[in-house]
Amino acid sequence: MDTTDVEAVWRVESARIVAALTRLTGDFGLAEDAAQEAVTEALTSWPRASPANPAGWLMAAARRRAIDTIRRRAALHDRYALLAAGAETAEREADPDGIGDDVLALMFVSCHPVLSREARVALTLRVVGGLSSEEIARAFLVPVPTVQARITRAKKTIAAAGVPFELPPAHERRDRLAGVLSVLYVIFTEGSTATSGDRLLRPDVAYEAIRLTRTLAALQPDEPEVHGLLALCELTAARFPARTAPDGTPILLDAQDRRSWDPAAIHRGLTALARATKRGLGPYALQAAIAAVHTAAPSAEATDWDRIVLLYEALGRVAPSPLVDLNRAVAVAMAGDPAQALVIVDALIAAGRLPGSHLVPTVRGELLTRLGRLPEARAELETAARLCANDRERTVLLRKAAALDFSDKCWRSGIVEA
Amino acid sequence: MPRYMLIMRGTDESNAAMMASIDEAMAATGRFIEDMMKAGVLLAAEGLDDPARGVVVDFGGETPVVTDGPYGETRELFGGYFLIEVATGEEAVEWATRVPAVRGSKIEIRRVAEADEVPPGSRA
Repeated sequence: MDTTDVEAVWRVESARIVAALTRLTGDFGLAEDAAQEAVTEALTSWPRASPANPAGWLMAAARRRAIDTIRRRAALHDRYALLAAGAETAEREADPDGIGDDVLALMFVSCHPVLSREARVALTLRVVGGLSSEEIARAFLVPVPTVQARITRAKKTIAAAGVPFELPPAHERRDRLAGVLSVLYVIFTEGSTATSGDRLLRPDVAYEAIRLTRTLAALQPDEPEVHGLLALCELTAARFPARTAPDGTPILLDAQDRRSWDPAAIHRGLTALARATKRGLGPYALQAAIAAVHTAAPSAEATDWDRIVLLYEALGRVAPSPLVDLNRAVAVAMAGDPAQALVIVDALIAAGRLPGSHLVPTVRGELLTRLGRLPEARAELETAARLCANDRERTVLLRKAAALDFSDKCWRSGIVEA
Repeated sequence: MPRYMLIMRGTDESNAAMMASIDEAMAATGRFIEDMMKAGVLLAAEGLDDPARGVVVDFGGETPVVTDGPYGETRELFGGYFLIEVATGEEAVEWATRVPAVRGSKIEIRRVAEADEVPPGSRA
């Protein structure tokens, strides 16, 4: 067995091992360290002698490491006695529900509100997703030591705050679940529209988010918004094959070859959406419903934009946000009223919302183009290009601005929707 | 992200062994499916009906020939599949080793070709 085999077993087992060890020791940081040490041990030991039961080997090695650490901490004699006496109780794999609850508790701890957003993202990918610091660093284009520092600090914060390893009490459950969902969505959006760098998509990151959301949906099958988020991610990811040209240039929604959208992912997304809608639509399910309208349309022109406008209005009521208003403006323009759309965008600007975002001048530029106000449109698109941090998106914006010089062709909007 | 199909291949003997304790086999498979769902990797899973009730369309001649019954003389017959989405082939293999398959059967692991890949054999 080689490195990739160790990594494969680790990806399958990591959450369960860390969860079981945390349950056993009551110390999340110690559990995570012990599990990491077990992987390191496996990397040197397995190539020499493959274990008959790799998953059991990892769990046993991690438990041994945890016991060693506790032994070294002289002050923790009592806990050591407990651990030694209860060694067999570590074999909780026999109780799938218990393990499921432990993995869920692990998600709640990793997304705990005492942590910064960056720490929640890093910790979730590391302990629940089983990614290495190197993989997380690569995904978010930050140096490896930065990720390591975030994780170390996060573990200290959790210990210092005395965060218990348990499912949140009933009265906190809904809020805490929303917190977990928002971390998963941050991970997904980073993969589906990379905020910086030279690539538009980082599908591996998006996939990790989908995998973790599927896990959450399996563990919390009665929570509609979990299915709503899953639907949103699946339906968005279904468009990935159509979103970039072979050279990496983004292709906007209206120009995408819809035949290359992934029908299996659309099917999974619609199935999840149907589960989500049983008890009304929350913010994620509403966004998924909007994505579903796109997947049902043969072209941008033939899209039910009136329905999309209504869904954005509903989304604006349950989750008010300037980005929602901006998207609503795009939908209003696509439904045939760019002048009204401009009123919405100008109201956003007057209220000082979304300052510094390249999306506002992008949309405003598109609307002005449609209204035939080309010199103003060009200035807006150039402003947008200056503010945009993604190299690929910036190229598209500059190309559009340049095109306005010699053409009065109406460019349809869609950068936000893409 | 790559997708892999774990194809279950059974023989008459292994299928008979499974049918002899079908409740147990179903329960074990149910637990395995739940494990894969909780790991967020399962996309689809199906078991196929008795191969004897299958139909084969043979394109060997001028026109397709339809015959009832199992596929040719093959000893190992496709009995069902799990479709999973995982990071690496090794991870697919790791999941395959956990299938509660009966003794005598086999699991074949095949990656699903992506839409933008050249079909096998068409490369010069």
